[in-house]
Amino acid sequence: MEKIMMKGNEALAEGAIRAGCRFFAGYPITPQNEVPEYMSRRMPEVDGVFLQAESEVSAINMVYGAGGAGCRAMTSSSSPGISLKQEGISYIACAQVPCVIVNVARGGPGLGGLTSSQADYFQATKGGGHGDYRLIVFSPGTVQEMVDLIGLAFDKADEYRNPAMILSDAIMGQMMEPVVLPEMRDLQQINKPWATTGMKNRGQNLINSLGLLPEDLVRINQELQEKYKRIEANEVRYAVEDVDDADLVLVAYGTSSRIARSAMGLARKEGKKVGLLRPITLWPFPKQPLADLAAAGKRFLVVEMSVGQMVEDVILAVNDRSKVDFFGVPNGAVPTVRQVYNRIMEIL
Amino acid sequence: MQKVFERPKALSDKKMHYCPGCTHGIVHRLVAEAIDHFGLQEKTIGVAPVGCAVLAYEYFNLDFQEAAHGRAPAVATGIKRVLPESVVFTYQGDGDLASIGLAEIVHAATRGEKITVIFINNAIYGMTGGQMAPTTLPGQKTTTSPYGRDTSRVGFPIRVCELLNTLDGPAYLARVSMHDPKNVLQAGKAIKKAFQVQLEGKGFSLVEVLSSCPTNWGMTPNQALKWVEEKMVPYYPLGVFRTPEEVSSCDA
Ligand SMILES: Cc1ncc(C[n+]2csc(CCOP(=O)(O)OP(=O)(O)O)c2C)c(N)n1
Ligand code: SF4
Repeated sequence: MEKIMMKGNEALAEGAIRAGCRFFAGYPITPQNEVPEYMSRRMPEVDGVFLQAESEVSAINMVYGAGGAGCRAMTSSSSPGISLKQEGISYIACAQVPCVIVNVARGGPGLGGLTSSQADYFQATKGGGHGDYRLIVFSPGTVQEMVDLIGLAFDKADEYRNPAMILSDAIMGQMMEPVVLPEMRDLQQINKPWATTGMKNRGQNLINSLGLLPEDLVRINQELQEKYKRIEANEVRYAVEDVDDADLVLVAYGTSSRIARSAMGLARKEGKKVGLLRPITLWPFPKQPLADLAAAGKRFLVVEMSVGQMVEDVILAVNDRSKVDFFGVPNGAVPTVRQVYNRIMEIL
Repeated sequence: MQKVFERPKALSDKKMHYCPGCTHGIVHRLVAEAIDHFGLQEKTIGVAPVGCAVLAYEYFNLDFQEAAHGRAPAVATGIKRVLPESVVFTYQGDGDLASIGLAEIVHAATRGEKITVIFINNAIYGMTGGQMAPTTLPGQKTTTSPYGRDTSRVGFPIRVCELLNTLDGPAYLARVSMHDPKNVLQAGKAIKKAFQVQLEGKGFSLVEVLSSCPTNWGMTPNQALKWVEEKMVPYYPLGVFRTPEEVSSCDA
């Protein structure tokens, strides 16, 4: 397989095309502009649709329409734009329309800044919009994973009829690394009998999120919760490095996992037994592996590019069986390897 | 014996929930007749709004998607772009289309999306209990303009057809009214024409339908129709604002 150098955002866009994405709608915002720009060039080559929408609100609703009509559909944005999409995402989750939403996150809150951020973790994993719903949230840790996870995101979105999110960030989006691209997906394999394509030789298909009668809404929510349970049981993904002998396990995803890994390397050189657990799915969250490590007597240091969001899920998973420390930076700042290393040395 | 009043195939047999004298039901029927006329049931996808017509998907015997408030033109865009051979229409009220969804309708129109929009202008927010709409007439009393719409404070109604007519994108724009049988007939023709424009790939089509909301206007059905004729029609002139020259004349 041939390896080529690609920028994170472009690798992600090409990965989406190869996974069968044929509808993209987005609105310009830094640092994700490479994604719509790439799509605007590439979609016409594969008979797909690229649309620059009038807003993020429209873009997500176009995806709702295209996804509901059976197409693999996607939108991308960065933090302020993702906030605008939340209404649409809530409708999509309730109506069980598969699609992929990419957040190349930047610093917030408000207009924030262009530096990288992991402060959209709560928004991505806890709902974001109104109501009891979940996205399947993937966090790529390399440019190769951008490609691999966007393909998986489309597959899982279809399998569960659920929106999936790629939570990336400014650094991941801009970084260049070698990647191997997969073959083009056979679109004929993608079959969606529930899609609204016109009532030909069948009854009505309906994409809907309304449950006016209380019993209807209860039924809709029960159905969603049963699905979320299945996803939690089957779709947890994570990677561990050097945890077996570790006294301290770093927990970090995306960009901060790369910083954490370097800090771990420095600490290991000093003879400190440090490992790394990197959640690949942020929802469903790898609770059990963390609980098991806690039971095996390991302590934790959560490293985030925020003032602490995922750390709450780690604390819940560890559930007082062990100690959880935190290292984070406010948005605007990027943690350095040295800072994380120093924090490790304080603990051990 | 020939039946003269048959339920169109594109309408379901569900009992509609609309208030007595509400014209939503008649407009549903006109849309269904247009779909039957062109034999489009198997290739039509409707997009329902948030408003009194939120349950439109129950009344039409068609594939449907239910959109968020104001977003129907964006949803319809997504559907039509991935299924270009299908026929896609939205059905929207004036709060939905001319207030919260103004960006979506203007941009769908200016892109020339090949969709059909049925726009119900009843000068009020029906479903939420009669608040002021962007189309509420000057001086008109609503639950949020209890002293009458004061244009010096809250500005003026939006004339949607005229607004969209400033754009190059739309192919067909017409305003019709539900206030008497002659006008209902006219409305039926305009709606057929709008679907025909889409079928022939000519571009974006919109029919604005002046409608009544007797419940929230505090009128009897007959008073309400009279109010449409006497108050709304003068402010919202009827007619065809834009039509593609090349469209073959509608034989309806
Ligand atoms: C985002 C959002 N805001 C507000 C509402 C509440 N709401 C429901 S229907 C409606 C207005 C409907 O009025 P209109 O579009 O004129 O349609 P009508 O009911 O008159 O047919 C509003 C504001 C909502 N459902 N969603
Ligand atoms: S509230 Fe008004 S618009 Fe809604 S169904 Fe009743 S009469 Fe019709």
